[in-house]
This record gives sequence, structure tokens and C-alpha cells, in this order.
Amino acid sequence: MAKSVLLKSSIAKKVAMALSGLFLIMFLSLHFFINMTSVFSADTFNEMSHFMGYNPLVQFIMQPILVAGVVFHFVMGFVLELKNRSARPIGYAKYNGAANASWASRNMIVSGLVVLAFLVLHFYDFWFAEMMYKYVNVSPIEETRYFHELNHKFGSPIRTGLYSVAFLLLSAHLWHGFNSSFQSVGFDNKYAKALHKLGYTFAIVVPFGFIFIALFHHFNQI
Amino acid sequence: MALDSKIPSGPISDKWTNYKDHINLVNPANKRNIDIIVVGTGLAGGSAAATLAELGYNVKTFCFQDSPRRAHSIAAQGGINAAKNYQGDGDSTFRLFYDTIKGGDYRSREANVHRLAEVSTNIIDQCVMQGVPLAREYGGLLDNRSFGGTLVARTFYAKGQTGQQLLLGAYSAMNRQIGRGKIKSHTRHEMLDLVLVDGKARGIIARDLVTGEIERHSAHAVVIASGGYGNVFFLSTYAMGSNATAAWKIHKKGAFFANPCYTQIHPTCIPVSGDHQSKLTLMSESLRNDGRIWVPAKLEDAKAIREGKKKPADLSESERDYYLERRYPSFGNLVPRDVASRAAKERCDAGFGVNKTGEAVYLDFAAAIQRYGKEQAYIKGLDANDAKLIIKLGAAVVANKYGNLFQMYEKIVDEDPYTTPMMIYPAVHYTMGGTWVDYNLQTTIPGCFSIGESNFSDHGANRLGASALMQGLADGYFVLPYTIGDYLAPDIKTGTISTDLPEFVEAEKKVKDQIDKFINNNGTHSVDYFHKKLGKIMWDKVGMARNAKGLTEAIEEIATLRSAFHKDVKVPGTADSFNQELEKAGRVADFLELGELFAKDALHRNESCGGHFREEYQSEEGEAQRDDENFAYVAAWEYKGKPSDAVLHKEPLVFENIKLVTRSYK
Amino acid sequence: MKLTLKIWRQKNAKAEGKIVEYPLDGIEGDMSFLEMLDVLNEGLINKGEEPVSFDHDCREGICGTCSLFINGEAHGPDRGIPTCQLHMRMFKDGDVIFIEPFRAKAFPVIKDLVVDRSSFDRIQHAGGFISVNTSGNPVDANTIPIPKHDADRAFDAATCIGCGACVATCKNSSAMLFVAAKVSQFALLPQGKVEATERVLNMVNQMDAEGFGNCTNTGACEVECPKGISLENIARMNREYLSASLQG
Repeated sequence: MAKSVLLKSSIAKKVAMALSGLFLIMFLSLHFFINMTSVFSADTFNEMSHFMGYNPLVQFIMQPILVAGVVFHFVMGFVLELKNRSARPIGYAKYNGAANASWASRNMIVSGLVVLAFLVLHFYDFWFAEMMYKYVNVSPIEETRYFHELNHKFGSPIRTGLYSVAFLLLSAHLWHGFNSSFQSVGFDNKYAKALHKLGYTFAIVVPFGFIFIALFHHFNQI
Repeated sequence: MALDSKIPSGPISDKWTNYKDHINLVNPANKRNIDIIVVGTGLAGGSAAATLAELGYNVKTFCFQDSPRRAHSIAAQGGINAAKNYQGDGDSTFRLFYDTIKGGDYRSREANVHRLAEVSTNIIDQCVMQGVPLAREYGGLLDNRSFGGTLVARTFYAKGQTGQQLLLGAYSAMNRQIGRGKIKSHTRHEMLDLVLVDGKARGIIARDLVTGEIERHSAHAVVIASGGYGNVFFLSTYAMGSNATAAWKIHKKGAFFANPCYTQIHPTCIPVSGDHQSKLTLMSESLRNDGRIWVPAKLEDAKAIREGKKKPADLSESERDYYLERRYPSFGNLVPRDVASRAAKERCDAGFGVNKTGEAVYLDFAAAIQRYGKEQAYIKGLDANDAKLIIKLGAAVVANKYGNLFQMYEKIVDEDPYTTPMMIYPAVHYTMGGTWVDYNLQTTIPGCFSIGESNFSDHGANRLGASALMQGLADGYFVLPYTIGDYLAPDIKTGTISTDLPEFVEAEKKVKDQIDKFINNNGTHSVDYFHKKLGKIMWDKVGMARNAKGLTEAIEEIATLRSAFHKDVKVPGTADSFNQELEKAGRVADFLELGELFAKDALHRNESCGGHFREEYQSEEGEAQRDDENFAYVAAWEYKGKPSDAVLHKEPLVFENIKLVTRSYK
Repeated sequence: MKLTLKIWRQKNAKAEGKIVEYPLDGIEGDMSFLEMLDVLNEGLINKGEEPVSFDHDCREGICGTCSLFINGEAHGPDRGIPTCQLHMRMFKDGDVIFIEPFRAKAFPVIKDLVVDRSSFDRIQHAGGFISVNTSGNPVDANTIPIPKHDADRAFDAATCIGCGACVATCKNSSAMLFVAAKVSQFALLPQGKVEATERVLNMVNQMDAEGFGNCTNTGACEVECPKGISLENIARMNREYLSASLQG
């Protein structure tokens, strides 16, 4: 009985959102760490990228889990948004949401959709190309191509601009999402305050770090 | 008809126990065949409904609010008394009994009050088991504070929201029974008449306030727990919806109405600010634990303050008159409510009032902030000479005790009570009078019971602080559920009462006719217009100080106003829809009758006692003068068609355990 | 001061509603918001129109009857109070004030600004209690000492007045703060722990069945709550619910 309750109830959905979100945060941290190396050393970046690209554990276990995580977080987010909208069939003539909640918290669906749109582009740019390279065209293994590919993508100012905008919204998404996840799983103790600060720091440092990387490579080419 | 109070014989401390041992009981299987209607879901009604349902009866509750949790018991702030003696200050059942009788100015029934004191301790046990978060000390045990009119600390509390917490406790007990199907809760329903079959209360006519539908509900007994009638004054600390309709309807069907003139005027309320005022807000009596009440000692200072030329802080200690401490050194600021209210009125009438209208006195926390601040500095090892620090520490203690009250005051008055003294003035707060009941809490109608504030029983002519919650819960949890069994025992074979009986048809028709009359009246003035006029007559002539001349005028004026109301009231909307003006019209119609009986009772009682102060009967020092020889009785009025024809019945009050003396708090 | 009121009028639950504009003059800063509406209604009655229906009772901030969504906020622009303690000094001459009912599927409109909040009651019926019968001889109240800290937090949760501002203000119409307050009060007290598992499961199930939305932790409820019920309670309920689900 408990299981069915857990899956059906509003709180279960909320916890599922939180856990999938936290999982994506962990992935994001790793991704950030690897990308950051490109600023300091092309070799390290290539080495790490190659490992991620050809390690079977990463490719066939972690990658599908990641994709599933993204899809789940997105689908569940959308389902919840629809349900929440239906919980107020007649809206207010005047609703001053800014009076009591942050823009980020009220617009997770907006920031989420922008991030999702970015992910589509991102998949097209990197992941799709990578899949073509490895599994469709079965091109030879070349351990040093990654840095070059990265640099190439950030050559376009439009792409770099879009990339930056997407990360601004990711920052907003994380600004609320990071701490919200912990609230959802019931985290509330003497470390909660410190964790809140960590959450806000993460929401700034990581997305802006990504933007920095993009701009770094963009301007280094000019 | 002679009143039989059915007080059991024997020594006072054994009466209740012996009585419980010998009354008739209904066996659990038979309780399932018995229906009980409870009207009102405050502390008394809610606790009674829950307990009756636990015992196995089928209970139907009715309240005009949208949820039982919103009954006005919720607004009680300060606390609930119980003779637990947790503080080891010499409290006992007898002392609580004694304080209550004395506080009531020797106008309550000994046996009832003693029972109240006995079960008071059970209430605390029960509430704690229910999860009511009463205030605790650091050791984890329950904390107490002291209230007016007593010399011990026996008041249990939950910050300034004791009534709320206790009501939510009773509400939770109700919820459990609603969840089990033992209580059928009818919210947004108003009882509009009682149905008698063969002289017994067998049901009610109620209006569904959402659809406007008139409904018949039958039962084997009807319990009225509809609270007090203070809104007869229009301005009071009662909720806007608080009304006397249920109590008045049963009065018109044969229940005697006792001591209507006993009204409590609470000394610490926020003063009236203007004509638009709809309601007065109480500041808990607990504030008098720490606040000192004063007015300027000199008339010119009072005038300067009224005109805004001086601030209260400008006056030195010698320029202030702490009149309660001056007049009543032994109880000081903690004299009972009636005494404190009259003293405030006396000072304001003499020209010492401190707000624009001259109807306010100061309640000052500066001394308490200093005292607590020094204490804290000492405990924390800080500098006790740092004036700023002391104020900061002291204000924190005061905030912890009364924070929500201070915040409420600031929101309403727009002044910070931490830095400038509060302004307060007396306001109508509670009615000690109500339906006459016997020891079983049964009215003069068989099968119709009345509990909590709606009955007259326990507070005499003046109720002590923190005793209303005690009485409501005592009646509901511990008294009525047992005494009602004695009445219901012969009813186990009666079976369901049909609502098709001609008595139901007739009662329903009368209710509908009355409603149609209001709707089709096409008058020129709103209900509030008349209610405000009634309130003004009551406050001016039947308020804190009364005299024969004013009362005689009031009786006449109310009767005139009543006929004007019926001729000229305008009720918009329809009968068969949600219609708040229609609700009000019915209630005010009843207040217009009750008000007259109220004045009539006040006029007949040629003495001053508790909340009833007749200017003709006072000592040279202005204290109330009782007349025990002629007025040591309960005045129970029988309805005879109109208030002026009401017939007086007397229940003599016999004091076997407490000697009647002049009440003194000096 | 002079005001323009834009008030939601709706004849009954089934009728369509709309915003109607009312000019109003002679309002003083010392009036409460509800007294301002009294003035409006008195005028409407005298003109032969139907007054605006709105819920109110104690008018001292404790019964939780009054509601009203004022200029886009539950209980209006002031903090820590319900509408009955909102005073007109918060507004200025010439202001336009939107007055709407608390809106949620689980709070259907009865008439004008009056809504049906019985969904809150049904959640309480499902588990908002400790199962003890009234008894003349229970254990003495001081038998179980309760740490002051726990008792105080239980009290803070218990001060909820059930007004529904949390639902009305939440962009998702979620009732989590209300339900969490009750669950927390009992979860913090030893008396309440006995039935904690069943209680949280039943109350949350009922909450979901009533059609409230999902909590997304925006925190708006805490800001608008007239009694300052803390979000900590929601975290506590999430915890309680998870552990109850895993146990059950």
C-alpha cells in the first residue's frame, strides 16, 4: 500500500522532482569541472573527454541514466505544472506574485523550458555529433579532437550568446531548485542555513562559470 | 411554576460524586438509538458534541460559521483556571470555588460552582492528552500565571491564544467523531426555532445559510451552546456573528431567562476610534500582570495630553495617578474586571481621560520592561546600569509574553506599545446571565439543555478572568454528557422522532413567515442602522452605570425602536440564497426583545452587584452595595408574549459554605 | 480618502462572475478594511442594491473567517495579519483596489467574495486529532514533561487560523502549509507520536483528493500567512510523510 501511496501522492511527486533535480545537479557539477579544465589545459580536457566518451560504464550505464533523469525531470515538471494550473480554474484579475516569492521560484517552468530548449541545441551540437562520429560513421578514435571541437562551437557569436542566455536561466532555475530540493526531502536542521548559502553560491558560480568558459573560448579566437 | 434547581443533598464536596453515582445511565447499545442536537460548536458545544459522540450517541452539530473551529471561544486570550496547585501557592478546589463565588459577588449557585472547581483539573489533563500546546517552563512542566481577583497563580495559558488552542483541541476531538460518522456537522446553518413535542424539546428548525433552505431536524434532546448576547450593545468584543437567537428562541418556547442584566464590561479593550467602528478589540487581562494603569493626576495634564500638547512620557511619577494601586492596595492592578472597569469610567467621567474622546486610560509597561530588563541583565551577567540594554532585554521578555497582543495593538492603533503606554477603555465582553438551568444544565423545557456562556449558571454577577474557558469545557466535557443521560434513560425505546409531526410543520411555517416578512418589508433603513441605535441606548442607559430613570427610559425607547424596526427595516436579496442581511435581521429582531428584558431586569434589581452597578446603590467611596436580604436570588424570567409582560421567578441562593460578606479587594 | 474599488461579484456558485467597479468616498485611515466595506454596503443598501457578501466574524484576527485577495495579495499588502486587521492607512487617496475571493478549485465561490473552505475541515476529519476519549481520570497533565523548545514549536504550528491565505496566495493553490502546521503540531508532541504514521498519510491523501495543487516551495505562503507559520513545517511534513510511506 505504502508504495502505491508514495508514487501517487503529491508529496511523492515533489520528492521525485527533488531527487531527479539533485541528480542533475551532480551531473552538472561534473560537467562543469571537466569544461573548466579547457580553460587551463587543452590536454587535460581532451583526456577527460576521451575517458567520458569511451568508458563503457559511462557510455552504457551512466549516460542512459542521465538521459532518463533529464526526461523524467522534464516530464514530471510538466505534469505538475498542468496539475497546478488546473488547481485554480479561474485566475485572479490582479495577482502580485512578486510581493511574496522570488521570480525564480515562480517561473521554474519558464527557466526550465529555456534550459530544455538549450539542451536540444546542445545535444544537436555535441551529443548528436558525437553519436554520429562514434557509432554511425564509426570514425577512428582521436584522443585530441575534443578541445578543437569545443573551440569551434564557440566561434559563433550567436551561439555563444544563446548559450549565455540559457545559462542565465539555468542560474535562476538553480537559485530556487537547489534549496527547494532539500526542502522537498525534508532537510531541515542546524546545517540548513549553511546549505542555503551553498545553494545560492552554486546557482551563481556554476552557470556563470559555464558562461565564462564560453566567452573565454569565444574571445580567444578573435 | 416553582423553580427546582435539583441540587443534590449532602456536603458540598461530595454532591457531584454522589450524584454521578446515582443518576440513570443509558447503556452503550441503547445510546446508538438516541439522537442529540448540539447548537453552537465553541468550547462548550464542541467539547459536548465530541464527548457525547464518544459515548455512543448520534450527534448533529449546528454552527453559523463555516467551520466549528471559528466559534468565538477562539478569541479568548489569557487563559484557563484550574485548581492544580502546580505552583505550590496554596491553591485548592475550595479556594477556586471560593474565589469564583466571591468574584461573582455572591450571586451564583454554590453547588454548580463547586462542581466547576472540582472538574477544573480534569480539563487540563484532558487538553494536554489531546495535544493542546499549553505554555511550559524550562523543566518541561506546565506554567501558570495569575489573573484578576485571585491571590494564586492558577491560570494555564498558551501565549495570548489560549482560547484558540483549547477550541482547536475540542474541534480535533469533534473531527475524530465526524470522521467516524458519529457527528454530523452542519456548518453555515442557523437554528431559527425549537420544536416541542408533548412539551419536550424534540428538534429544531434551521436555515441553511448557503441555499436559504429551511430544514427540520429531530432529536431526543437539544443542547444549546450558542454563547452570550453581548452584541445587544452593537459594539463589543464579541464576533460580528455572535447572537442570542438560539437562546432567545428557546426562551420564547418556555425556557426561563436568568439574570439578563449581569454583563461583564472588560476593562482592557482598545478604545473606540470613530463612528465607523464595527467591533471592539480586547487586550488580554493577563496584561494587568505586568502593566500599570494610570491617568494624569492633574486635570490640566489630562487636557494637554488630549490636545496633543503633552506626551504621557512627559509626566513624572508624581504627576501620575495609579488609581487602582491607590484605591485597592492589596489587589492593585489585578482587581476583578467589574471593579477595574468602573474605576476607569470614574476617572474618565471626572475628566482625566487621555484620548481625543476622553474615554481612555493608560496601561503602561515601562516599569515591567525595567524590572525584567534588570533581571535578565543579572541572569546574563551584563551591565545592569546600561539603560538602553535594560530596555532591550526587558522588551524582549515582554514580547515573549505578550508579543502577539502588542502587535495587534500596534496594527489597530498605529502606536508602538513598547515605547508609549497603551490606551485602553472598558468594553462589553461577556454575559453572565443566560438561560436558566438546573443542576443538570437542563432548562425549564424538558430535553432542552443549555451550556457554556449561553446558560447563567456559574459566574454570578461577575466572571473572573480565565473562568469562561473553564466553564465551557467543564460543561461540555465533564458535566452535560453525564447529566443528559439521566434525562435520556427513559427515551431508549422512543425511536427516531419524525420530522413530519405537525409541530415541525407549524414551527417551520412560522420561521418561513418571519423570513418572508423581512424580505418583503420594503423599509428604508438597513439592519445595522437599527442595531447601532439599540447599542447606543444599551451603552448609555444599561451600560456600566445604571439608574432607575435611565432604565425606565431605555425600556420605552427599545420598545419604540423595535416597532420601528419591524415597520421600516430593509432587507435586500432573497430568502432562498446566501443573504447576510437577512441573517442579521433575524438576530437583531431578537436583540431588540432581549434588550428590553435586560433593562427590565436591571431596573428590578435594586442593588449593585458585580457587573450590575446601580448608581443609587453605592457606598460613599463609590463601591457597589449589595442587598443580600432582598436580592440574594436568581431572577428567572418567563416569556409571556412580549418582554414587558415577562414574569419573574426567583430561585433563592442559599450559601451554606461561604459567608456572605461585602466584597473587598482593598 | 477617495477610492475606486474593483470587486468580484458573483450571484451564486453556478453563476458567472465579473469585476464591478465602485467609487467610494469618505474613508478614514483608522477604519479597518472590513469597516470600509461596511461603509460601501450601507451605501449599496440605501441605494436599493444588493450589498457585497464577504466572510468575516471575530474581526480581531483569530477566527480565520475573513479572506479577500486584495490588490493581488491574500489579506492585502500588510504582513502578519488577516484582512480584518488591515487598516485603511495602508492605502492612499485615489487608490484603485482590487478585491477578489480566495481562488482555488478546492475553494469554490459561494457568493461574491465568500468561498467554501470545507475542504480544510475534511482534511482535519481525516487525521487532525489525537485519539483520546474524554475521561474523568486520565493521567495528570504534568506526568509527561515536554521540553519547552518542542512545546513552543508545537504551539507556533498550532497558531494556524485555517484562513486559507496559503492556498489563495500559492501560484499552485497548494494547501501544504495548512496541512503541515497540523501534522507538525502533533508530530512535535509525545502524545501525537503514537498515531503519527497514519495521521500524515491520511491527511495528505485527503489533501490530494480535494484538488489542491502541488507545493513547489516558492515560500509565498509563509510570507502571506497572517500567523507566520514557518516553511519548516512543510519540511517536517515531507519527512514525516516519507518515513511513514516507507514504514507503511
